[in-house]
Amino acid sequence: MSRQVSATINGDAVDFLCEPEETLLDVLRDRLALTGSKEGCGSGDCGACSVMLDGRLVCSCLVLGAEAEGRVIETIEGMADGKGLHPLQRHFLEQAALQCGICTPGFLVAAKALLDRDPEPSETEVRYWLAGNLCRCTGYDKIVRAVLSAAAEMREA
Amino acid sequence: MRFEAPETLDAAVTLLHGEAGLARPLAGGTDLLVQLRAGAVEPDLIVDLKRIPEMRQIAAVDGGFRIGAAVTGAELGEHPDLKKAWPGVVEATELIGSTQIQGRASLGGNLCNASPAADSVPAMIAAAAAVTVAGPDGRREVPVEEFIAGPGQTCLAKGEIVVAVNLPPRPDHAGDAYLRFIPRTEMDIAVVGAGVSLTLDDGGLCTHARVALGAVAATPILVPAAADALIGTNGDEDALTRMAEAASAACRPIDDKRGTKAYRIKVAGVMARRAAEIALERARSC
Ligand SMILES: Cc1cc2nc3c(=O)[nH]c(=O)nc-3n(C[C@H](O)[C@H](O)[C@H](O)COP(=O)(O)OP(=O)(O)OC[C@H]3O[C@@H](n4cnc5c(N)ncnc54)[C@H](O)[C@@H]3O)c2cc1C
Ligand code: FES
Ligand code: FES
Repeated sequence: MSRQVSATINGDAVDFLCEPEETLLDVLRDRLALTGSKEGCGSGDCGACSVMLDGRLVCSCLVLGAEAEGRVIETIEGMADGKGLHPLQRHFLEQAALQCGICTPGFLVAAKALLDRDPEPSETEVRYWLAGNLCRCTGYDKIVRAVLSAAAEMREA
Repeated sequence: MRFEAPETLDAAVTLLHGEAGLARPLAGGTDLLVQLRAGAVEPDLIVDLKRIPEMRQIAAVDGGFRIGAAVTGAELGEHPDLKKAWPGVVEATELIGSTQIQGRASLGGNLCNASPAADSVPAMIAAAAAVTVAGPDGRREVPVEEFIAGPGQTCLAKGEIVVAVNLPPRPDHAGDAYLRFIPRTEMDIAVVGAGVSLTLDDGGLCTHARVALGAVAATPILVPAAADALIGTNGDEDALTRMAEAASAACRPIDDKRGTKAYRIKVAGVMARRAAEIALERARSC
């Protein structure tokens, strides 16, 4: 039986209907047309579906849509401020930290969560924090460099 | 399937107990949702426990700690007092999955999923933790080592929920540690896990110890013989060697793609010994 859920998504109050077995990822993509979050595995292994739920980084494929009632959700769609890209997004582009791009929204959301709590992570810290995000294309190195250089730029700003 | 998110424990118990079909509590969902999506379980009712305040709190009680069963790994890691008193329990919980999984995974879920390889369980057993269980007949306390009945099986009756994990008070010169062996550095299932908790007297002699192992039997196991090898010693080479042998001797592992029986038996001794060395170091420094 579908139920009505009210949540805050990227700062907006949003109401949606969902089935009890539907995941938050399905709701975002199929009901709300927020297709930035990707489904790589559907089992918590790849991080392509990463979103913030009440300030915590989570895999939206392992959250039920119904759990979102009253919660605050941030997705990749809320990352750029409308005029310009977030420094992380810019550094990913400038440093070719993506190829096919499937993993990119998840990496960006996860990396932002890290920099919001620690503006100066070491390379090792970045690698551990992002261990739940898989990329089949880049070999990770460029992603890690992009995160570190975005962090450096953000500290100067 | 129905979904309910009650705000009181009583309401949750009533819902779970009253369901004629299959009912499942939901904490972080990092096991349950994977199983749902794989079609491995098909519940008629899911009861989200995360809106029940008691399930989400960490409280200092009588010198020990009471950790709500749905508290996440990330929240445990951010609790300085708990980390100081029980570093082994916290490090074991923090090993569960990635940052994303840590944002959801709970001690209650790790225990109730009842995997032989669950990382937090040997650490909780070594810590002499007991869980508070609430059900239609009221509350009871169960030592963690008696909670898991077999792979995927617990001692919970219909309608029962784990409410909290209780960690006892910590005397001076006490330390705990958990180590797991996996072939990579992150995101893998334990080949062997070892938890050790011990207490030293003022002269550095071990007065109390508990050793528990994961992934080497159908359930995580307490190994009294390994603890006995430490008690009355100062953790010297001979004591550590005997404790490692006792740990290996207690293993009843299976052969699988992660490791053979012989390999697990050997590694269990090595991990138990290294965990004991860390626990000793921690106990000496506080
Ligand atoms: C990518 C990934 C990596 C993982 N890595 C690890 C790892 O390294 N080590 C490890 O040990 N595990 C790992 N896990 C498994 C899982 O994350 C843990 O077992 C976690 O602790 C489960 O907690 P949860 O709150 O998400 O449980 P849930 O999925 O919500 O629940 C698990 C089970 O317990 C029941 N349950 C939950 N809470 C209660 C309660 N309070 N009372 C009664 N029953 C309850 C549920 O009905 C369900 O059957 C991993 C999982 C994923 C997806
Ligand atoms: S789709 Fe969620 S972790 Fe892969
Ligand atoms: S860019 Fe293709 S998976 Fe990462």
